[in-house]
Amino acid sequence: MRAARDAYGEVLVELGKENENIVVLDADLSSSTKTAVFAKAFPERFFNMGIAEANMMGVAAGLASAGKVPFASTFAVFATGRVYDQIRQSIAYAGFNVKIVATHGGLTVGPDGATHQALEDIALMRVLPGMTVIVPSDAEETKQAVRASVDHMGPVYIRLGREAVPDVFPAGAVFEIGKGNMVRPDVSREQVIAAPPYTLKFDVSFIACGVMVKECLDAASILESEGIKAAVAGFASIKPFDADLCLALARQSRLIVAAEEHSVIGGLGGAVCECLAENHPARVLRIGVNDRFGESGSARELLAAYGLTGSSIAEKVMAALR
Amino acid sequence: MSKLQREVEGGGPSIEYIEEMASRLRYHIVRMVGKAGSGHPGGSLSSADIVAALYFGGVLRVDPRNPLWSERDRFVLSKGHAAPLLYAALAEMGFFPVDVLLTLRKLGSSLQGHPDCRKVAGVEVSTGSLGQGLSLAVGMALAGKLDKKDYKVWALLGDGECQEGQVWEAAMSAAHYKLDNLRVVVDHNGLQIDGPVKKVMSVEPIVDKFSAFGWETVSVDGHDVRELLEAYRRPVAGKPLAIVAETVKGKGVGFMEGVAAWHGKAPKGEELDRALQEVSVHEKAEERGQ
Repeated sequence: MRAARDAYGEVLVELGKENENIVVLDADLSSSTKTAVFAKAFPERFFNMGIAEANMMGVAAGLASAGKVPFASTFAVFATGRVYDQIRQSIAYAGFNVKIVATHGGLTVGPDGATHQALEDIALMRVLPGMTVIVPSDAEETKQAVRASVDHMGPVYIRLGREAVPDVFPAGAVFEIGKGNMVRPDVSREQVIAAPPYTLKFDVSFIACGVMVKECLDAASILESEGIKAAVAGFASIKPFDADLCLALARQSRLIVAAEEHSVIGGLGGAVCECLAENHPARVLRIGVNDRFGESGSARELLAAYGLTGSSIAEKVMAALR
Repeated sequence: MSKLQREVEGGGPSIEYIEEMASRLRYHIVRMVGKAGSGHPGGSLSSADIVAALYFGGVLRVDPRNPLWSERDRFVLSKGHAAPLLYAALAEMGFFPVDVLLTLRKLGSSLQGHPDCRKVAGVEVSTGSLGQGLSLAVGMALAGKLDKKDYKVWALLGDGECQEGQVWEAAMSAAHYKLDNLRVVVDHNGLQIDGPVKKVMSVEPIVDKFSAFGWETVSVDGHDVRELLEAYRRPVAGKPLAIVAETVKGKGVGFMEGVAAWHGKAPKGEELDRALQEVSVHEKAEERGQ
């Protein structure tokens, strides 16, 4: 159990030692986003921009234009919607090498309520030309994704959660931008893609990101006990989207379930539907927040109330397969 | 160009040369916007002397043969709608051929309606959504300090643009980080699309605002090259410098001067002919001589 944001702070310090061009900006939330760890290690390369996110994004773009590799962090609501125009005009249009790493994404922000629960950020970032969008599932995948973002030239959005989450990224697995990973059963992405259609005989395949990978694993266990064969794929790389794996899973399954801690509109579920509708029409169930704002509550209470827990997902899948 | 360069005296370019270049930029602006059939002549013309003094007054350290030279000074056109002016200056500097100017705003042209840094050498950042350029300049200035380089960063803002809150976020951060390698010029022409800035949403007192935000400030006549150069060379330490340049919108074309309607409208037909006549004395003579 570890919070992805703790892993973020840790990997930033590692990267800071390896690459002196890495600089970090925050908007007065460094102790929450964990960029404070970097600030302590490299005070001269850390810029607290105060409660002024629009300026932070522009300054990050300016630093990138001079060859720096800036990481700009704050909560996901403020890192996207509040500064959408700055990201669009100053960063994405110019193609600047800015890494936006947002924490506190999704409902599991908890008691702070709807104002602080970003449920639209994936959609907002996904629609920007040239933007890479990554939603890692746990601490290990976060570290790998942050490293991969440095090796990638261009703007990247990485969304992390607030809560500690169990380790779900398969041991020895490698995160690559543009590629998903099989989490269950014990079969590789390449094996699924190479398998002839309908030979793996999955009843349902989950395509999930972030904390929902764990919930889908729980759902898969419940379904298995009911004799329903379920596969779970982690799609941390939402853009570029792993169409190869998505289509391969559709060819092996009676039902595809897309699951994310985000609006069902425009996020991972949107990407899955777009991919399948154009290439291999298949039945899709979208699990997410149904076009509404969040509210206060504990993370677990909220996941349950919004139908995002393993048991709730398993019930929906059973109803859909009946 | 060569004729003008011969007029350069002693240490730096002569005032006459810079003024000559400013009128040449004005000629390009009117021709480009006229040919395009759309664009923003008013704010391009009001900033022409400001930009001419920067690029042709020996102030801005840039190398057209090496646009990404790491030691170069950076110029950010935050008021991105004055793109015709920037393009004209870059072409006259030699970043790209002057004849490209007449492709402004046409499909497939590198000269987009607002500057695109991925398409034009010498354009540092993409601007057009107002209020963002000063933040970009702050980022460049921070990078210069980190890398211990002595380049300067310049940003040109409109006065109406200063209504954007992000300008003041950026101003606050520039003073906080003591960016004395950063210079801002505010083109204080007093007009925005909907009318006088004072009437739409006053930004006054603009000089005092920058002072209150911790900047060194100076107010100049934005059409007096001598005053501009003096302000540009003003030494500052530990603070960014804001130069508020008093200008006339549409300067150089009589019927456009002080008229808000010429913010974003291209002259056509007879109006275009009249405008060209006013800004093209030398060029016409040159063309006839060819």
